[in-house]
Amino acid sequence: MMFRIDRDVLAEAVAWTARSLPARPSVPVLAGMRLEVTDDQQLKLSGFDYEVSAEVTLEPQSGEPGVVLVSGKLLAEITRALPAQPVDFVVDGAKAVVTCGSARFTLLTMPVEDYPSLPAMPPAAGRIGSDVFAGAVGQVAVAAGKDDTLPMLTGVRMEIEGDTVTLAATDRYRLAVRELKWHPEQPDFQAIAMVPGRTLADTAKALGGTGAEVEIALSSVGGTGEGMIGFSSAGRRTTTRLLDPEFPKYRSLLPTEFSARADIATASFVEAVKRVALVAERNTPVRLAFRGDEVVLEAGSGDEAQAVEVLPVEFDGDEINIAFNHQFLLEGLGAIDSDVARLQFTTATKPAILTGGKPVDEGATPDYRYLIMPIRLSS
Amino acid sequence: MSRKQMLPQGGGGLADDSGCPILHVDMDAFFASVELLDRPELRGLPVIVGAAGARGVVLSATYEARRFGVHSAMPMTRAMRVCPRATIIPPDHRKYTAVSRGVMEIFRSITPEVEPISSDEAFLDVGGARRRLGSPSAIAAMIREQVAEQYGITCSVGVASNKFVAKLASRQCKPDGLLVVPADGVVEFLHPLPVAALWGVGERTEQVLVRLGIRTVGDLAQVPVSTLQRELGAVGAHLAALAWGRDERPVVAHTPDKSIGNEETFPFDVDDPETIRRELLRLSERVAARLRASGQVGRTVSVKLRRADFTTITRSRTLREATDVAKEIFATSCELFAAAGLDRVRLRLVGVRMENLRPAGTVTRQLSLGERETGWREAEQAMDKAIRRFGPDAVRPASLVRPPSGPMDL
Repeated sequence: MMFRIDRDVLAEAVAWTARSLPARPSVPVLAGMRLEVTDDQQLKLSGFDYEVSAEVTLEPQSGEPGVVLVSGKLLAEITRALPAQPVDFVVDGAKAVVTCGSARFTLLTMPVEDYPSLPAMPPAAGRIGSDVFAGAVGQVAVAAGKDDTLPMLTGVRMEIEGDTVTLAATDRYRLAVRELKWHPEQPDFQAIAMVPGRTLADTAKALGGTGAEVEIALSSVGGTGEGMIGFSSAGRRTTTRLLDPEFPKYRSLLPTEFSARADIATASFVEAVKRVALVAERNTPVRLAFRGDEVVLEAGSGDEAQAVEVLPVEFDGDEINIAFNHQFLLEGLGAIDSDVARLQFTTATKPAILTGGKPVDEGATPDYRYLIMPIRLSS
Repeated sequence: MSRKQMLPQGGGGLADDSGCPILHVDMDAFFASVELLDRPELRGLPVIVGAAGARGVVLSATYEARRFGVHSAMPMTRAMRVCPRATIIPPDHRKYTAVSRGVMEIFRSITPEVEPISSDEAFLDVGGARRRLGSPSAIAAMIREQVAEQYGITCSVGVASNKFVAKLASRQCKPDGLLVVPADGVVEFLHPLPVAALWGVGERTEQVLVRLGIRTVGDLAQVPVSTLQRELGAVGAHLAALAWGRDERPVVAHTPDKSIGNEETFPFDVDDPETIRRELLRLSERVAARLRASGQVGRTVSVKLRRADFTTITRSRTLREATDVAKEIFATSCELFAAAGLDRVRLRLVGVRMENLRPAGTVTRQLSLGERETGWREAEQAMDKAIRRFGPDAVRPASLVRPPSGPMDL
């Protein structure tokens, strides 16, 4: 087996494939990256850790069919460092030789026959613009739990109803929900999937920026190939195993009626929260007091450092004092993707809803909602 | 009751206590003495307080029992072997707490500078009370009198220039004694004592010192600090200071609890995880109630597990937020127990402890989605109220309810 390919094309593809390789493989072969030149002269790079698989298909300048397994991490480091010249990859017995310009590397190969075969893609379900998809996933994944001891909270729930996709994630302290349109293969397609949040965010980001469309492969409710979701775009495909679809019944938790509403310029709000939060320890609150046309932000307590800042606000409703974890508030403000942040409240111990901008139609439900649970101050 | 007034030789009751504002007051055989108030017929006889049975340990023993070699923390089985005539009284901590509170009140009526060490001993700094109440030794005598009068038990008082010497002095004059170590008599008092008398000298340190030929505090004082540091590490410098009677620690009026914990030795070694979890629940309930009673919350849950062979492991986890809710403490305890890998290992003792304590008033709570406005905390506060009114058996988790005379009542 051998192939010749442009250095940049190879380096990027190797880096993308290596992302999904396990840092601490359960069996040594899983640290490997599989390189195959097919009979029709295509180069396929793939990695798999039994949870996530990734495969890139490239067009080499020339090639001889064959397959080999080498250390993915090492290959990624090498290709990243190579000069901008064509790369020759030649398998010679138990060794693989990488030549590029005046640089030459000899790598040990791993037993490719021990390598597990990649899972098949579930049936294609529909398409969506990669940038829209990456943006929406980013907005929701921020609220997914990071605690692996509560796996059901580390996922992003994907609900598909015809041409509408609803993404939702929660770590119990906040809940992000995004609705978006896509192009299903079947107009009445329905599916529910819990995708591991970190993997989904990485995948969406890695497939975004190409301008191409992402194809989502997922079986419908009760269909075959359940338990797996696939994404493919521009010669790259990745699959991941799904989590248990158990998820809080979040729709009923999203308040729809409020006693107060505040519109604040997002950039100055973010800066002010970051400033007062300097005196707030991790998991301690930033307190917000909304009065008339201003909001007073405070953090810290009498025993320690304190900070206070006042911002103008367009406020409508009952005056309210409410406190939030500053990190949660900042992550929400970062996710709304709008110049104006709208916060809506009922009481200081009930969830508040953060949305982006003033809607054209006040009655409509915004595409993106970030629910944030307050911190109760001791009485 | 004998009442000796031990004073340094030649002091004649007029030892110079001018540079000695620190008092160490230590109740004599505290639990046992309190028990004798209810059982006067046992006076002058060997009496041991502690849970009878194979698993108990001695909590306190009268001096008559100590003469046989009984001491606190000794396994009850051994105590009964060395002193078979002893009367064994099961402990009643409520009684001791009541007396302890009263005694501490006496101390606080003399000076606010009271540092309780445990329920039965405390340091006092009477430097500020001299004008009002007289010399330190006069105050010490007064304390001994008041404690004896009001509670019918005796205590020993060490009077010295600092805490370390005062504590040694009270030990030297026990029981029912008073010893003043004048500021210029510290070295004379200390140097003949065995090194083991020093704070911080346990079995291991003592072995090292004996190997170096150091048996008395005087021997230790002659060894260069550098040698001690080389042999003992950081403790070396500390011991060198103590050997010359130097101790700079002030009397700290109130030391807030660093942790609150409870532990339980099973009547038999237990390997049934259900029984162990039930015990963790009981302990969690107790610890949480104590936290709430003291107005504190804790962030770190620590679980102690002692195997049948006495090897002990401790596992702890710091929570996202401080709590005083038994349900949360229990859930974390169970996780720690599960993660300890002691499944089906026979355990002798389990303990639950909350560390990282802070006042409950300063604590905020991150609400979570779908959480009820009133939760377990409120339920447990309601339990506290019921227990205050109707006694400790009024309310408890269902899994801790036993049949009136079930097989658990061992």
